[in-house]
Amino acid sequence: MTQFIDRRLNPKGKSLANRQRFLRRARAQIREAVQKSLKDSAVADIGKNRKIKISSKGTREPRFRLDPKAGGERDFVLPGNKEFSPGDEIKKPRSGEDGGRGKQASDSGDGEDDFEFTMTQDEILDIFFEDLELPNLVRTTLKETPSRIWRRSGITTAGSPTQINLIRTMRNAFGRRIALKRPSVANLNLLVEQLDALEREEPQTEENRARIVALKEDIARANAKRKWIGFIDPIDVRYNAFTEQPVPTSQAVMFCLMDVSGSMGEREKDLAKRFYMLLHLFLKRRYERVDIVFIRHTHDAQEVDEQEFFYSRQSGGTIVSTALDKMLEIQKERYATADWNIYAAQASDGYTQSGDARRCVEMLNADIMPLCQYYAYIEILDEREMEVFASEDSGAELWRAYRTVADLWSNFATKRISKPADIFPVFRELFKKTEATS
Amino acid sequence: MTATPLFTEPEWDFSLLDRVYKAIEEIALGELKLDVYPNQIEVISSEQMLDAYSSLAMPLMYNHWSFGKLFAREEAMYRAGYSALAYEIVINSSPCISYLLEENSMTMQALVIAHAAFGHNHFFKNNYLFRQWTNAEGILDYLAFAKRYIMACEDRHGRDDVEAVLDSAHALMDQGVFRYRRPPRPSKERVLEKRRKRVEHEEEAYSELWRTLPAGVEPPVVSPAIDPEEDYSGEMKVPEENILYFLEKHSPALKPWQREMLRIVRNLSQYFYPQRQTKVMNEGCATFVHYTLMNALYDKGFITESSLLEFLHSHTSVVFQPEFDDRRYYGLNPYALGYGMMSDIKRICTEPTPEDRDWFPHIAGKGDWMDVLRDGWANYRDESFIEQFLSPKLMRDFRLFALFDKADEGAYKVSSIHNEAGYRRVRAALARQYDVGSADANIQVTGANLHSDRKLFIEHRMNRGVPLQVQSRELVCAHIERLWGHEVVFDEVLSDE
Repeated sequence: MTQFIDRRLNPKGKSLANRQRFLRRARAQIREAVQKSLKDSAVADIGKNRKIKISSKGTREPRFRLDPKAGGERDFVLPGNKEFSPGDEIKKPRSGEDGGRGKQASDSGDGEDDFEFTMTQDEILDIFFEDLELPNLVRTTLKETPSRIWRRSGITTAGSPTQINLIRTMRNAFGRRIALKRPSVANLNLLVEQLDALEREEPQTEENRARIVALKEDIARANAKRKWIGFIDPIDVRYNAFTEQPVPTSQAVMFCLMDVSGSMGEREKDLAKRFYMLLHLFLKRRYERVDIVFIRHTHDAQEVDEQEFFYSRQSGGTIVSTALDKMLEIQKERYATADWNIYAAQASDGYTQSGDARRCVEMLNADIMPLCQYYAYIEILDEREMEVFASEDSGAELWRAYRTVADLWSNFATKRISKPADIFPVFRELFKKTEATS
Repeated sequence: MTATPLFTEPEWDFSLLDRVYKAIEEIALGELKLDVYPNQIEVISSEQMLDAYSSLAMPLMYNHWSFGKLFAREEAMYRAGYSALAYEIVINSSPCISYLLEENSMTMQALVIAHAAFGHNHFFKNNYLFRQWTNAEGILDYLAFAKRYIMACEDRHGRDDVEAVLDSAHALMDQGVFRYRRPPRPSKERVLEKRRKRVEHEEEAYSELWRTLPAGVEPPVVSPAIDPEEDYSGEMKVPEENILYFLEKHSPALKPWQREMLRIVRNLSQYFYPQRQTKVMNEGCATFVHYTLMNALYDKGFITESSLLEFLHSHTSVVFQPEFDDRRYYGLNPYALGYGMMSDIKRICTEPTPEDRDWFPHIAGKGDWMDVLRDGWANYRDESFIEQFLSPKLMRDFRLFALFDKADEGAYKVSSIHNEAGYRRVRAALARQYDVGSADANIQVTGANLHSDRKLFIEHRMNRGVPLQVQSRELVCAHIERLWGHEVVFDEVLSDE
């Protein structure tokens, strides 16, 4: 018996279990590749699917292979002879340039070749978070799609009993009772009292008796009417309606400030980049639109594009306050506080011209902090310096100055970092706040 | 007599599929006298096709990272447009399951039904290798058992341990087949029965009382009844070419569940072994059958001329054979060679030349070509089929020539070409190339010191002195060592032949 079966509607992702096993298996290579790929990609691109290329080391599947190049002899048959006769010789292609037979060569050597595949946003983020050692709760909130909440949206005639709107229901019932002239209890009592009074009267006249009969009829009619016209009728009932609505989001601007003087090397910039990526990821989740402004500074600050921000190098002294000036200038020009939530993230190695730190503190306290939702400052040190400055209180001039700002403003965070895992604590406040408000 | 065409538009639906299937079936069974398993035809999406690809083209399969890797690779290739999906996948089972891709046009669906549901299906049911070595009725149940068993092992023993055993077993998959002797049939019932007994034994041997013993006191060991199947120190038969079988039976390091996993991998490998030996014949049979059936449909007026052209376009690209110096050359195309040989047999049966009468006196001019082909499909494998039926005309058409390759020489030598002196030698060389027994490395267990230092001795008998690739040998040996648990001594010797 022949059967046709439509399998197209079967659940998808049958091979998901295999994929997870594969990702786990190639973990080390994948991490390396993801990190490299993050290094080369834009800050705003962190949450996207991307192609990853890993070496096939670690996911090798060895089998016994023969190697006719190494020894022995064999015969083999090929199609497409054009000019050869028996006894002719064909030069062997040297390894590495075998042209058409390249595939066979790479099959027998067991595939040192690279392996390219696409990783989803979630898989990339998992690895990104793993490096930063984000707590699980934060991971899930960052990966979530924008949240929605239930909001009141008027009144409906259908719903569940728990959602009854009593006031509306009673008002409708009242109006209906008036319109249909439903006798009230007071009216009824009045008739009953009259009846009572008449019945008690002595002697009973003919007229009285007739009134008694009429009253009894009235009472019966009133009672019957009360029965037909309910106190509350199903048509009176109203419910509160709720609909799901996205949480209103607005726009945010993120100022990335970085010292690009000679003392900031590749490692420092890479750490700073991860720091900006995390902040961006966080903002993207909370705000519909996120602008990023890159400001680099030496002794002079400029707004630049991302490429230049991370990859170009400038020489010069270091005056941090110029960057703050620039930030204020751009903010005034383009990002009015009424419309924009302002976040700032500053990365530096902690050195600035002497005396400048005080100016920075003044500017922060007077002008910048009142505008900002959050200001994060990271100082990137190498491991050796990290040991020297073991205590929070000791440090270079800028660090000590910023500590005083941090004491005044709860939305100002400072942190010294020397490896990716140090980054997250800077944001701890930030994430804690969302937990509380959501 | 011409009927009205069954379809004129490329769209298909299930009732149309059914009508086309019936038309094809009538010709296939009535005129070609094919003998097939009942068909089960499933329509799937492209993603499901990728899924099926990556689990060895089986409808269900246990979980392992290598399948995930394959999927990721296939998907990347597919998305990038490097490779098109196969139009179909067919499974050697009863009922015979064929997958049709939903994106196919109606003409392509008809082609695929003819190719898979009749061509491959007939071959699976009739070829002696499949009849003897695979159990079409039992395979799906066995896979379901394997999947469940391995999942249970993961739960009980942890993913890492299970993965380690599977990795090692996969590395030895090519050494997990019986090439010459008849394998014991893996009956599903016996497997289940054994498992049930094992669990029962554990339950009986377990006593609530022992939990109350103070720490340090060992409960008395209840010795299980000795099952000859379970006695791993039993007498070894060496040499043994099936390394997985040997390890399953005699490895001192494996636990029962690990042995069961080796058995699963070994059974799968054995199941696929006939397919490796009959690539050319299997694809040739399916391609020849679809070509014949589609033309018969056209002759009877069931399909339109435009359908026929669409079909021919696809057919010619399937049987295209690039020449050896072409950039597209990846070896001989089994579709091309198989289809070529089978059409050639038809020609020899109906319009033989004097040369054919010389070479194939028993079939030349015989007339009933389907009879000759059915006999060929049933009783040959690639090697013997080529040795028997490759004709001088086809060698000329393919312009086949044989090369002699000695590793330490800088050039290949053309040993024979498609001429009177060379036909037989080219044919013999090609046949040997398709003999899986000699194309695979001949590796055997030659002994094991089970009662002393537990060394395992493995030998590669080099065919004409061709050694193993060093890195692959070392990597696989590490896997053998893991399964054996003790030192493995690997030798490469020249074969006596």
